[in-house]
Amino acid sequence: MKAQDFTEQLQQQVQQAIDSKQPVKITGSGSKAFYGRETEGDELDVFAHQGIINYQPKELVVSVRSGTRLVDLNAVLAEKGQMLAFEPPAFGEGATIGGTIACGFSGPRRAAAGSARDFVLGTRIINGRGELLRFGGEVMKNVAGYDVSRLMVGAMGTLGVLMDISMKTIPQPFEEITLQRECTYQQAIERMNELAGIDLPVSATFFDGLNLYVRLSGAAPAVEAGEKRIGGERSDNNTIWQNICEHQHAFFSQDKALWRLSVPSDADYFELPGKQCIEWGGALRWLVSDADPSVVRSAAERAGGSAILFRGGDRQGEVFHPLAAGMKTLHKNLKQSFDPDGIFNPGRMYGEF
Amino acid sequence: MDRKQLINRLAEFLPAQSIIHEQEALRPYECDGLPAYRQLPLLAVLPDTIEQVQQVMRVCHDMQVPVVARGAATGLSGGALPLSDGVLLGLSKFSRIIEINKQARTARVQPGVRNLAISEAAKKYELYYAPDPSSQIACTIGGNVAENSGGVHCLKYGLTVHNVMEVTVITPQGELLTIGGAALDTPGFDLLALMNGSEGMLGIVVEVLVKLLPIPTRAQVMMAAFDDIEKAADSVGAIIAEGIIPAGLEMMDSLAIQAAEDFVKAGYPVDARAILLCELDGTNEEVSVQIKQVRELLQASGATEVRTARDEEERELFWKGRKAAFPAVGRMSPDYYCMDGTVPRSRLSEVLTGISKLSEVYDLPVANVFHAGDGNLHPLILYNANNPGELKRAEDFGAEILELSVKVGGTITGEHGVGYEKVHQMCVQFSEPELEQFRAVKKAFDPQLMLNPGKAIPQPKSCSEHKTIGGHQH
Ligand SMILES: Cc1cc2nc3c(=O)[nH]c(=O)nc-3n(C[C@H](O)[C@H](O)[C@H](O)COP(=O)(O)OP(=O)(O)OC[C@H]3O[C@@H](n4cnc5c(N)ncnc54)[C@H](O)[C@@H]3O)c2cc1C
Repeated sequence: MKAQDFTEQLQQQVQQAIDSKQPVKITGSGSKAFYGRETEGDELDVFAHQGIINYQPKELVVSVRSGTRLVDLNAVLAEKGQMLAFEPPAFGEGATIGGTIACGFSGPRRAAAGSARDFVLGTRIINGRGELLRFGGEVMKNVAGYDVSRLMVGAMGTLGVLMDISMKTIPQPFEEITLQRECTYQQAIERMNELAGIDLPVSATFFDGLNLYVRLSGAAPAVEAGEKRIGGERSDNNTIWQNICEHQHAFFSQDKALWRLSVPSDADYFELPGKQCIEWGGALRWLVSDADPSVVRSAAERAGGSAILFRGGDRQGEVFHPLAAGMKTLHKNLKQSFDPDGIFNPGRMYGEF
Repeated sequence: MDRKQLINRLAEFLPAQSIIHEQEALRPYECDGLPAYRQLPLLAVLPDTIEQVQQVMRVCHDMQVPVVARGAATGLSGGALPLSDGVLLGLSKFSRIIEINKQARTARVQPGVRNLAISEAAKKYELYYAPDPSSQIACTIGGNVAENSGGVHCLKYGLTVHNVMEVTVITPQGELLTIGGAALDTPGFDLLALMNGSEGMLGIVVEVLVKLLPIPTRAQVMMAAFDDIEKAADSVGAIIAEGIIPAGLEMMDSLAIQAAEDFVKAGYPVDARAILLCELDGTNEEVSVQIKQVRELLQASGATEVRTARDEEERELFWKGRKAAFPAVGRMSPDYYCMDGTVPRSRLSEVLTGISKLSEVYDLPVANVFHAGDGNLHPLILYNANNPGELKRAEDFGAEILELSVKVGGTITGEHGVGYEKVHQMCVQFSEPELEQFRAVKKAFDPQLMLNPGKAIPQPKSCSEHKTIGGHQH
């Protein structure tokens, strides 16, 4: 990793874009180009803006430039026995932390530990007026002003350019094992919810259609006691979580659109054309399907949730779940408040902005 | 604006006893938990249905009357301080727990439900609501959302923002919006993050869905005494560096120890310069392993005494002393002023030294109680408002503490909010363009600035009028 600060250059480029009213497409390594809607615009390349700004293991805080590669950041944390609690997927060698936060991606540990936004403590951004602004900070608790840092997470770069990000880190678990047992979809959902309601060191769950996998993390005696209580076979498939996280598991290598359904964890299993797998204690249902988008969306809604066309399908249509009328207005107002000229990633999230 | 006309319009849908307009009856609403600031509202309303809240908002919007929401008024920054030309909207009648879903581990509650009442109701399902402000017997979940409140357990379990899944809000125009949801992700921007900590300025919260957690099988608290506050502060970093995240990690200095001991007889060593309370929770096995590690770490850090609570009763007693620390200090002095800066833990001892120097300069005693695990300080400045000039001195002292917190890389408020009290210190922490961005966010929700105006975000130009010490650094 080459530590270099490109703040000034990026700020200048944003200013030029504002002056010429030319939209920009904020890009890291391009590993998540598949996600969101297709957009036009000149590239605003943040990849070179790299490096760890401050890492204090005892404070559980790391601050990095947004172009820092996830693999590099993970390595730095691992050296001190720490990690990012939300276990984000990279979807590519070059994946940057900025892209990860902009997409709001979290991995297998999400239901147990929290999401990307839960661990963001502060950000420095360039807004659509070309101003460099800092929100939040490097401390665990900070309620001065609105929580703009967390608002940036998952906003797909439509509200500003993420420059620096401060995050809370956590210690790596001392021990980790995976248990597996055969069951049906509905049984898997019920079991996942049941386990989450008991004080057990469960850090991830996954159901592939055949087997329920449960990962336990913690002090060795705690993990062993958990194993006794939960039962099932110990799996020696150590790469399974990594494979699920990075979509390298066989489930994801199918030649159809990939949908991501976010539903209440206890929503009963519902059938849809195609194949499903389940993560996050029942709250995340992946669907590989060529069903009509309206069919998938209304099924997700009936279950009390929403659906994202995650990969493939029509990337010019709406890929994120439609917003209710009042929410749509609020989104447009917020977009306007950060980016009055509509410079940043127009249409990447919703066609309307 | 015509007060009479406003009352008449409200009376069209509110019963007479829900509209409070006589001066004496309004008296109880004049302040929150920061009684140094008082103001009678134009009038107060106590609706008890969501439709009534919507109608109140519509009428006020129509007549251009600002609205200030109020929960239990335990807030410590004047957030619920009324406006002389505004309606105070009390949510105390919204006190119903609507549903507890055991399977999904959630509780749907009205905003006036007390924080502790949620855990009490969830207990029969072996679940609880994690954020536990020391005021939890009184404060409401609506107030918690508005302040993004923390508690002694937030080092491990997070703040309100980490434990709330959905809020139903009424906009300044009286529209109803659902933000967040029962699923882990919901479409669009993370507006839920904005609502938490928005100090009643973006919408009125009328329903909340919170996450519940299984009650830990075992919780064990240890108390370590130190003859030096710096050693106590360093032991905090040592525990975390070892890969242990305690459920709670609290520190008190000698004045606070004495006050708490006098008040609740918690069994604290009154001759110690500092004590640390460290709670470990989780499965029996996990706790056993960690207790051993933490005990060794505390001893290695120079603790003069390390005691593990013998039983649940003693554990509760140890915590009682901590949770009663504010009122305990309050007994020592006619008035006290509680600050709330957060600093990086590594700067803790430096800041404490700074505070004790300032205490001499301002000639006012200060007791320190803090969430050491997350660097959140609560210096309690003792003063007597009846002595001319003392309140002003306490305020200036407080302001300097906050500026010191910002200078070492921290913030003016960790959990109590900016409110009315700290609005000028916002100018120390944020640059004008940052403040302008906050104002723009506010306008996206509330274009006519009808909700709690004048709180939390300084008005344009007010920063240059209130020139503060220190400066903003990027
Ligand atoms: C002894 C003591 C100990 C404390 N300990 C802690 C602690 O450990 N941690 C901590 O974080 N805080 C603590 N506090 C501060 C306070 O209890 C919290 O800020 C609490 O969340 C306030 O809740 P409330 O219901 O009293 O709100 P109020 O004081 O009534 O209101 C607070 C703010 O919320 C707004 N508001 C209230 N209800 C709504 C609603 N329904 N919709 C929109 N806005 C609303 C108000 O307008 C105001 O801005 C303590 C206070 C005291 C007195």
